[in-house]
Amino acid sequence: MAEYKWPEAGKRTLIGTRISRLDGPDKVSGRAKYTYDVSRPGLLFGKIVRSPYAHSKVVSVDTSAAEAMPGVKAVLVIQGPGTEVQWAGDEIVALAAVDEPTAEDAARAVKVQYEKLPHVVDDYDVKAAGAAAKPMAEQTQGEPDKAFAEAEVVSEGEYGSTVMTHCCLEAHGAISEWENDKSLLVHISTQNVSGIAGQMAGPLGIPAGDIRVKMDHIGGGFGSKFGPDRWTIVAAQLSKKAGGKPVKIMLERDAEQTIAGTRPSAYGRVKLGAKKDGTLTAWHSETWGSGGIGGGGRVPLPYVLEIPHRRSLHTAVATNVGSSRAWRAPNHPQACVLTMGAFEDLAAKLQRDPYDLLMQNIAMTGVRSSIYKEELEVANDLMGWKKSWHPRGDKTAGPVKRGLGLAIHTWGGRGHDSAGDLTLQPDGSVELKMGTQDLGTGTRTAITIVVADTLGLPMEAVRLRIGDTLYPPSGGSGGSTTIGGVSAASRRGSLDLLDQLFAKVAPALGVEPGALEAVGGRVRVKGDPGQSLSWAEAAGKLGGIPLTVRGTNPGPGDLINSGVGGVQMADVSVDVETGRVRVNKLVAVQDCGLVISLKTAESQCYGALIMGISYALYEERVMDPISGRMLNPNMEFYKLAGLADIGELVVRMMTGKGYDERGVIGLGEPPVISPGASISNAVANAIGVRVPQIPLTPRRVLSALEGRRA
Amino acid sequence: MKDDDGTGEGVSRRTFLKTSGVPLAAAPVLLRTRVVRAAGDGVEIHGPGKASFTLNVNGRPRPVEVEPRVTLLEALRHDLDTTGAKRVCDRGTCGACTVLLDGKPVYACSILAIQARGRKVTTVESLAGEGALHPLQQAFVDHDGQQCGFCTPGFVVACKALLDKHPDPTPDDIRRGLGGNLCRCGTYVGVHAAVLQAAKGGHRG
Repeated sequence: MAEYKWPEAGKRTLIGTRISRLDGPDKVSGRAKYTYDVSRPGLLFGKIVRSPYAHSKVVSVDTSAAEAMPGVKAVLVIQGPGTEVQWAGDEIVALAAVDEPTAEDAARAVKVQYEKLPHVVDDYDVKAAGAAAKPMAEQTQGEPDKAFAEAEVVSEGEYGSTVMTHCCLEAHGAISEWENDKSLLVHISTQNVSGIAGQMAGPLGIPAGDIRVKMDHIGGGFGSKFGPDRWTIVAAQLSKKAGGKPVKIMLERDAEQTIAGTRPSAYGRVKLGAKKDGTLTAWHSETWGSGGIGGGGRVPLPYVLEIPHRRSLHTAVATNVGSSRAWRAPNHPQACVLTMGAFEDLAAKLQRDPYDLLMQNIAMTGVRSSIYKEELEVANDLMGWKKSWHPRGDKTAGPVKRGLGLAIHTWGGRGHDSAGDLTLQPDGSVELKMGTQDLGTGTRTAITIVVADTLGLPMEAVRLRIGDTLYPPSGGSGGSTTIGGVSAASRRGSLDLLDQLFAKVAPALGVEPGALEAVGGRVRVKGDPGQSLSWAEAAGKLGGIPLTVRGTNPGPGDLINSGVGGVQMADVSVDVETGRVRVNKLVAVQDCGLVISLKTAESQCYGALIMGISYALYEERVMDPISGRMLNPNMEFYKLAGLADIGELVVRMMTGKGYDERGVIGLGEPPVISPGASISNAVANAIGVRVPQIPLTPRRVLSALEGRRA
Repeated sequence: MKDDDGTGEGVSRRTFLKTSGVPLAAAPVLLRTRVVRAAGDGVEIHGPGKASFTLNVNGRPRPVEVEPRVTLLEALRHDLDTTGAKRVCDRGTCGACTVLLDGKPVYACSILAIQARGRKVTTVESLAGEGALHPLQQAFVDHDGQQCGFCTPGFVVACKALLDKHPDPTPDDIRRGLGGNLCRCGTYVGVHAAVLQAAKGGHRG
């Protein structure tokens, strides 16, 4: 039996090294095919007529003009007369035509009458929301009232983050086609290749096994692409009406921004109590926010810091907008802003450096306190924190003020269920089939690294096939669960394959199978490298029949783990005349157990910092309270950070002793959590007052300086 | 579909087929185009219905037949199966559809296909040679200037245009030259490093 563990540091040939992503050449040359790029014979283009009102009742639907148009092949009423529609942008009618302009013309020809109903789209004004605001159960630990009564210093403040959108560059969408009356082929932009068919089976009334799902590349998901969504079901229904012809529905940019993914807001008033010496003793928070029509979930408070006496109250506000979706590290960035903001304000009140105050209270970070301590020290070195930090309010002359801020975060990231079939052919070629997906995180590269390293082969010797329900299922790529799942399954499969191969090869080398190892493209006797066969010669001992083994996660051995830390520090400049914030430098120190693919791991962190700068400074969904519509469902007024906006970024992955032996842990979420809080704290340190909400727009910064609400 | 109501005052389909092999430098050949006199000049009236004409894409003549309202981006993607350029914002903000028009970077979503007649369209697909990436593309791979990769073709083309104009770009040149392209995954660090490597290595390769 194989021993299921990762190779020791000295024996890793590829694991943990910097290897360029395998699909890089396809992506830089335009060859990579996304769902949006897929064309099928006889392709029809689907368009959807959407509700213009935030809350309404459908009175009548007239599709006759659209149906009469040449080139229109199928029309489907999704929500007919009498239906109550809860948000602007909801689907009313869908149709398919021979080309996109014709489909657009036809969609414009559909006449829908609505009866407008009252709506709520403001997620900040809880009182105005009335019955739409629902208090959730109070969460209390210890004796917060007593602790506050005994606290020597109490700091109070307001913090929060507004709603942002996922803004995937490849919009949500799919191509559905009936290959015969019974089986469906779906090309879909998804984070969840193996999980789509099961969600389509019910609505379509066919067995999930008759639905094949494929995807080569995805242009961003960030948590918003786990389900087929109504439009993919509708594409299948339109296809059926059109005799099985493929129907492609990709959302237009305004729909993508309006209904295909938002991160919930979270606002709150926080009170933090401490002893004079800085020991944290008490937490009280009253928070509220909205995840759209569903109201949204609760933010975990206090975040990371296990303050002994605490109470948190939360009110979920249901608004007439489409439901929020998981956004990278759901609820954590908001919790981090609320907690680390309150912590920084307490430090300012105590006239303490927050770095020192955090170190003093580091035991409250729990089981990973030694990791946080080490990461804080590394971040201090990389930022020069102790050299540059000044008490709150930059006292230097001139309108540009500079400041430092920090934040810490955590995430689980245990590997999901995953399976892959690894086949060794008698000619020595190796192929792994796994129904997973590569979101751009480097999953293809990481899997190939694990297989090649384990089999002692170069990367080029391993052929990997993913993104198809014909392959063994793998979990959805969310919550930083993919790397643990796919790397553990790949490692187990590769070790089992070696076991079986060694059994076939051992007689030829006159040793026991256990005496063999696979190194440098050869199968050799341990301790006697002269006794060996080339990989192809070894495969020749299979007897002409391919060998296939299935590697799975979970499985034997401790290959993966859960729970990471992470520290970030921000250096910003704020122009107090214009309110403009610039990030000069952002430092991320991040652990994630054993790093499989160092280059793409670092890219995850760089990307998270950039996304973090973007949501900390620019990104905000703006709703019009009168019409109930989103005012910036585009990319010129929904702002993403550009190349010129990011400053100097420093990423340090914590690897080596104390980290590697933990096993593999996910990385997609953790580094995106702290930027909002660290940048917000740096701004407070620079200008001397707290800007209560992110994004830290000029309007909010100037309002805070003038002592009024933005 | 309104593809059978052309007025045919321009060139007939048959004539078009006979003449479509002529060099691109020749006057644009159009189907169902009327020419009216306005202020003493001949002004082309296109549509309604489809117009047939030839685009010069990556050095090859490519006949298309699309409605005048169809953008260069959609013609490239739907009619010529050149899918490297992407439609993202669809209104000239994000740069994912960047192509070169006579060597200058443009947003293909904001130009009509019919406006590109007689001009040289260069897409990301033309950069790589037989079996080898362009040095700029190799630099993107080396520095991981892509994650999901959806913005990447637009960035590669924008970087090509930047380096064509500024072979040794200053940090400010890079900020300005790539200010018209947006990435959601956050690949700017890799993109920036790729531009510097390509500049040093003589990106024309």
